[in-house]
Amino acid sequence: MSDHTAETGKSVFTLFNLVAGIIVVMGLILTFLRFTGGLSTVTNLSDYNPWGIWIGFDLLTGVALAAGGYVTSAAVYIFGMKKYHSAVRPAVLTGFLGYALVVLALNYDVGRPWRLPYPFIMQQGTTSLLFEVAACVALYLSVLFLEYSPAALEWLGLKRARNLAIKLTMALTFFGVILSTLHQSSLGALYLIAPSKLHPLWYSTYLPVYFFVSSIIAGISMVLFESTLSHRYFKDKMSRTYLDEHNPVTLGFGKAASYVLAGYFIIKIIGISVDNNWHLLGTGYGVWFLVELLGFVALPCFLYAVGVREKNLLLIRCTAVWTVLGVVLNRLNVSLIAFNYHLPSTERYVPHWMEVGITLFIVTLGVLAFRFIVTRMPIFYEHPDYEDAH
Amino acid sequence: MSISRRKFLGWIGAAGMTSAVGRKAHAASNKQFTGYAEANAVLHDISLCIGCRKCEDACNKVNDLPPPKASFSDLSVLEASRRTDAYTYTVVNQKQTSGNAKPVFFKNQCNHCLEPACASACFVQAFRKTDTGAVTYDETVCVGCRYCMVACPFEIPAYEYDKALTPRVTKCTMCYPRLIDGKLPGCVEACPAEALSFGKRDDLLALARERIRKFPERYVNHVYGEHEMGGTSWLYLSNVPFDRIGMRMDLGTRPAGELTAGALGAVPIVVGLWPILLGGIYAVSKRKDKIAAEEQAEAVAAALEEANAAADARLTSELEKAEKQKQLAIEKEVQKALEEQAAAAAEKAAGADGTADVDKPEAGDDDSRSSTE
Ligand code: SF4
Ligand code: SF4
Ligand code: SF4
Repeated sequence: MSDHTAETGKSVFTLFNLVAGIIVVMGLILTFLRFTGGLSTVTNLSDYNPWGIWIGFDLLTGVALAAGGYVTSAAVYIFGMKKYHSAVRPAVLTGFLGYALVVLALNYDVGRPWRLPYPFIMQQGTTSLLFEVAACVALYLSVLFLEYSPAALEWLGLKRARNLAIKLTMALTFFGVILSTLHQSSLGALYLIAPSKLHPLWYSTYLPVYFFVSSIIAGISMVLFESTLSHRYFKDKMSRTYLDEHNPVTLGFGKAASYVLAGYFIIKIIGISVDNNWHLLGTGYGVWFLVELLGFVALPCFLYAVGVREKNLLLIRCTAVWTVLGVVLNRLNVSLIAFNYHLPSTERYVPHWMEVGITLFIVTLGVLAFRFIVTRMPIFYEHPDYEDAH
Repeated sequence: MSISRRKFLGWIGAAGMTSAVGRKAHAASNKQFTGYAEANAVLHDISLCIGCRKCEDACNKVNDLPPPKASFSDLSVLEASRRTDAYTYTVVNQKQTSGNAKPVFFKNQCNHCLEPACASACFVQAFRKTDTGAVTYDETVCVGCRYCMVACPFEIPAYEYDKALTPRVTKCTMCYPRLIDGKLPGCVEACPAEALSFGKRDDLLALARERIRKFPERYVNHVYGEHEMGGTSWLYLSNVPFDRIGMRMDLGTRPAGELTAGALGAVPIVVGLWPILLGGIYAVSKRKDKIAAEEQAEAVAAALEEANAAADARLTSELEKAEKQKQLAIEKEVQKALEEQAAAAAEKAAGADGTADVDKPEAGDDDSRSSTE
């Protein structure tokens, strides 16, 4: 049986390697075009649409989906849900890679990437929410790196350094949660400055709260989604503890997701009521808003609850995928679809295929890095030298 | 990324307390910045604009911008609606507001807001509201994130998307370099119809009010820019409703910085409150763990004791039973032997003795019990 899985795993990876190879080559070519021809050669960005999918997807969605790191480590270390311990390392690794890729994507998007440290070293634009985002993302990337480092240090056999890093766990978890709260919410707050451009159904003074709460949903669902995938492809790397804890983790996280989705649904409704935007629900954008709210918030909330009650792991996992899609949809709605809603369709933004290509390239790099790390370092299992050491 | 945590906390603590224009921001209070006292402004009287594009021409020249595709004297350009772009800091558009009336012409450029959204949004403070009234841009620090373009409610800043390594954000400068030299902005100087007037903002507001008072049937009773987005240094008078010519009337009167002040103000709260809340939760969960561990230990001990007691009890009873059985068996055997003996004696009366082997009775399954407990 295990031989068989290893076999299929291998053949999947060969096809996978081929596709990944093609994407990487394409990505390198597009990178060359971007840095020789400028943004206009590879993007459809315009003066009306200064932000495209590299911000709407790579930054906004990327950061939301990488929330699994702080959500899981907070659940285990702060809320004391020890039984989810084996989920921490994969989640932290995904978070770390996610943020690293977000920063990589920003290097493509901004005009002069080598100036990215300028806000810190030249002039601090502290009235800008983007400053807050930049500062928190930079710090949080470092925090995630340190949180992830024990796995690398165990792999390298550096005991002393590893034990030192482990000692920092609590401090890093606290700091990570604070930073995440700040920048997850301020990504939403970025749009507070543009009430005249974002459709009123999505614009709300609660935007930062929405982004923060939905990042928790995204984090939980990503942990479920990613563990399902890993289960399939890296099962041979997983320890008994991880496998034993997998099902309770799935149930527990599913339950949590259902609760948070319910809360999110309620604050969304409160948002519409406060701004009294009910009448807008009858418009085209209103229908689209309802698709998001009912189809991607209310529905997964219900499905998670059913899945947990019936202990239906398959349903929970499918719901996780659906929820992740919902968060992607929400971020794209705010940044692209409902943004500039007032402009005629000729002025609206549709991504260039090369923008999509570079995004695909960056995501592929992430998957490759993830695979490289989990096949070598103690992520899904505990290093034999350190078992029971936590 | 090499910033100390302390410095970082300092910054976020300072966020929202200093404004991009280098004076105290009043975002969190109910005071409002109404502009530098001596600041300049321009009043654009749309009813006087003849759509000659002379201002566009002048702007192109004074800013050394690349020559346009169609010459500035080509008025057919006006047929399509245009916006500012990287190499065009101002555009004149026309609008046919009603069937047979002659079209309305109106000029568009940076409005030089009193509290600019672009400046509030820029994370390196590349934009500044200067005391001349002009909002200037510093290309030597700009990172090119284009958040200023997202932020500007008038959709003015443009970007050099075609430059690979040195792209800049561009917009009208109110001819800041010329103002410093004591000259008029290029467009104002070039306007042949006096549709553009340059002066102190207060004076221009008075002038605009005066025109409305004198010709109430000619003007819409609104000076656009007096309050929009907290007020701007480019003011407009019009003979047609502003929203009919695409100038948004729904922008409100709050400056852009106020829209984000709440979110920025939450930063110190989160930084201050979260560790306490989370620490509390941590302490509770730790304590719960400890109590649970203690309770578990107690329960285990109690269970063990109970189990031991039960086992003991069972053992003794088993032993007793065994003993009894043994006794019984012996008795039985003895009985049997006696009976046999008696029978034999009775039958044969000869001295043949029968000895009976007494088997030890089975002693219960002690082993399996001890291993399960
Ligand atoms: S009009 Fe736009 S670019 Fe000009 S000062 Fe105001 S916010 Fe800045
Ligand atoms: S593009 Fe430049 S000027 Fe505009 S917000 Fe970013 S750094 Fe500031
Ligand atoms: S003030 Fe100067 S830069 Fe601005 S539109 Fe007029 S000529 Fe152009």
